[in-house]
Amino acid sequence: MTPIVRPVTVPSFWNDTGKSGVAAWIFSTDHKRIGLLYLYSVLAFFLVGMTLGGLLRIELMAPGRTIVGPQTYNALFTVHGVVMIFLFIIPAFPGAFGNMVMPIQIGARDVAFPRLNLLSWWLYVLGATIIIVSLFTGDGPPDTGWTFYLPFSERTGTNVSLAVFGVFIVGFSSILTGINFVTTIHQLRAEGMSWGRLPLFVWSLYATAWVQILATPILGITLVLIIAERLLGTGLFDPGRGGDPLMYQHLFWIYSHPAVYIMILPAMGAITEIIPVFSRKPIFGYKMIAFSSIAIASAGSLVWGHHMFTSGMSDRAILIFSFLTFVVAIPSAIKVFNWVSTLYKGSISLEAPMLFALSFILLFSIGGLTGLILGAAATNIHVHDTHFVVGHFHYVMFGGAGFAFFGAMHYWLPKFYGRRYAEKPALAAWVLMFIGFNITYFSMMLLGVKGMPRRYYDYLPEFAPLNLVSTVGSWILISGVILLLINLFRGLWKGEPIGNNPWGGATLEWTIPSPPPTENFDADPVVTHGPYDFRKTGMP
Amino acid sequence: MAAEQNEQHIVSYGKLIAVWAVLLALTSLTVWISRLHLGVNRVWGSLAIASCKGGLVIAFFMHMRYEGRLLRWVLFVTLATLSIFIGVTFFDVLYR
Amino acid sequence: MTGPHHQDHAGAKLGMWLFLATEVILFGGLFLLYAVYLARYPHEFATAGREMHLVFGTVNTVILITSSLLAAMAVTAIQRDESKTAVRCLGGTVFCGAFFLCNKYFEWSAEIGHGIYPNSSRLATGSPGESVFFSLYYLTLGLHGLHVLIGTALLAVVAVRVQQRTIHASNYALLENSALYWHLVDLIWIFIFPLYYLLL
Ligand code: HEM
Ligand SMILES: [Cu+2]
Repeated sequence: MTPIVRPVTVPSFWNDTGKSGVAAWIFSTDHKRIGLLYLYSVLAFFLVGMTLGGLLRIELMAPGRTIVGPQTYNALFTVHGVVMIFLFIIPAFPGAFGNMVMPIQIGARDVAFPRLNLLSWWLYVLGATIIIVSLFTGDGPPDTGWTFYLPFSERTGTNVSLAVFGVFIVGFSSILTGINFVTTIHQLRAEGMSWGRLPLFVWSLYATAWVQILATPILGITLVLIIAERLLGTGLFDPGRGGDPLMYQHLFWIYSHPAVYIMILPAMGAITEIIPVFSRKPIFGYKMIAFSSIAIASAGSLVWGHHMFTSGMSDRAILIFSFLTFVVAIPSAIKVFNWVSTLYKGSISLEAPMLFALSFILLFSIGGLTGLILGAAATNIHVHDTHFVVGHFHYVMFGGAGFAFFGAMHYWLPKFYGRRYAEKPALAAWVLMFIGFNITYFSMMLLGVKGMPRRYYDYLPEFAPLNLVSTVGSWILISGVILLLINLFRGLWKGEPIGNNPWGGATLEWTIPSPPPTENFDADPVVTHGPYDFRKTGMP
Repeated sequence: MAAEQNEQHIVSYGKLIAVWAVLLALTSLTVWISRLHLGVNRVWGSLAIASCKGGLVIAFFMHMRYEGRLLRWVLFVTLATLSIFIGVTFFDVLYR
Repeated sequence: MTGPHHQDHAGAKLGMWLFLATEVILFGGLFLLYAVYLARYPHEFATAGREMHLVFGTVNTVILITSSLLAAMAVTAIQRDESKTAVRCLGGTVFCGAFFLCNKYFEWSAEIGHGIYPNSSRLATGSPGESVFFSLYYLTLGLHGLHVLIGTALLAVVAVRVQQRTIHASNYALLENSALYWHLVDLIWIFIFPLYYLLL
């Protein structure tokens, strides 16, 4: 997978150290190379996850057994969820673009702990390998759903322990990235790069890194407890022995709700970079956007109980968690209003990154608003564990974080390859994805409202028409993704060369050559203006 | 750039040993108290003593007294987060 | 302006504290479960607590506090460029760590000998709260013991490097961070001790 061939011949981090073999990549401590390693790894897992998702949809195309039976279906959605969450979307932004872009944006030559950075990629690879091994060994791939709820995950004969151990290792990798980023952002900002001049992508990564540090250890201990439960029979969640299964759900969601912010915050950060550049206008409400990242990260750690409304939790807790969930919606809405205000009277150019950013706003808003339906205790009871939930979180994680990731690829990757993709196919890919996406997941939400439960390979005949529509939508979506990747990477290898600043951005990464040299800057930069001050970039 | 200005502070052996002596005294105290019959308050009492001991270890052995604002914030945010995790869970546990 | 070396040192320390934060939260998950189950089973926890070996617990507390003192003294010594003292202090810490683990070994052997371990037939037939108490006990102290083991090994390596003079008065971030790690191990124990041994 490693891109050892250099795309452009000017001296750059691809070749200026004279080291370009596989070993020079997988043991490199250069943040740009590590970022690319992450990019290729998470993309590989995205493709795996997408294939599994496609298979899920094909099975649901018609009632009854279509291609797989119930047990295989259970394994498919479990592995789809685990791969998409732990191996794609959580590491995607911090690992790939956080590593590639953030140090340059703050005017640093690398992250604070380059070797730790490499270690965290290796831990990711190790964890991923363990997860893959767990699918083909023992008594079959896990069938618990990505949430590994006890007591089922203790009783099932499938290979849960090993898979959980793999996720544990991946979590450790995420923690190390968080520690590295917080330290980097505190210690390595260039002269003049005050907190008020930090690009908002950096702010969002900063908030994300804190969530990674403070929430992921809870996932770690929870996973250890699953393994202990299975191997030692500790019975901590077994009502027969005095345990309480709800405590597992508490622990799991104490991590996994904040994890949603690990996925979405940097995505918001990325589109906050894209929108002002393609509107040729400074961002509206810099301070509010920076502040709302922190607010989302902190308030977001108080709402985990909204996943447990039907679980038998106390009524008072339901009330409180429901209320707090509505509170988190406020800072998210602040961001949406600021993006829209930035667009207002801007001279908008609808190039590929911008299209993804704009569709992010729409799809994320749909995801967020349906989230309020789920967050309100009363309506939640009706749609709990239905396809409405599946539709909702795909709108947030795929329509939100995923689309932002593809937008970021079009926006930043040319910088690191020195070449760009063709615009027309990129637009076509976006159209296919956008249409396919909405067909696939809007149908799911409708099905959910009608009462189709999630995690079943079969359904009542009355759900058949919309399921067929959804499956066809997934084919459109998947063809869009394939076209996008082919066009993008063809362009990055063979496309038109670009200059330092193809889009007219005002952050530091656009002041250095494309692709950047290993040390990023010839001389330590001194920052004299804010990240969205386009007058200083010489662009009209 | 605003790196923390911690010119390395050296804590003298004497001070460290004094802290150690206090820690041992508090340990005896907590063992002694646990022998009294105080009911539920015992747990709170022994936690209070443990927090004092922890505070001493952090302040002197771990040099927190001599560190800048940033590290204090890290400590505060961590402890606050943990208390929130535990505290909010009790909205469920206590009222079920 | 601060020199690059100084900045590295501050960065390394910040990174270490952030790592310690993750450790606190990791153990925090277990303390959360403890708090919840204590609220639910106060009497069963008290009965179970009576089975614990107070002597082992107290001795180990004294050992860990002393080891923490020695680790802190090692930092002072290296700052004052007294390498020999630093090595001796570190040696003392490593010794204490090993001593702690020996005690743990004997304590657990005795308990397992009495049929107290997760999923044992004795606990399975006893009251539910007791089984929860001992499961938490084994998990928390097991995880803590693992940290003692890692910390001891780490400090042993550091002692050797001080001896070889690759750690010295103008470059001792590794020693300082290892000492911080060790203090954290002590800190966790300071809370484990009353919660598990003093619930008589
Ligand atoms: C390529 C397009 C995708 C398709 C066709 C797809 C399809 C599906 C379907 C049909 C389900 C529901 C299974 C069921 O409950 O019966 C599902 C579940 C899920 N998907 Fe996707 N998905 C796609 C992409 C993604 C992405 C990008 C993410 C995350 C970033 C994601 C995360 C999840 C998760 C977490 C679940 C829940 C698994 C569980 O119930 O344990 N999916 N997906
Ligand atoms: Cu949530």
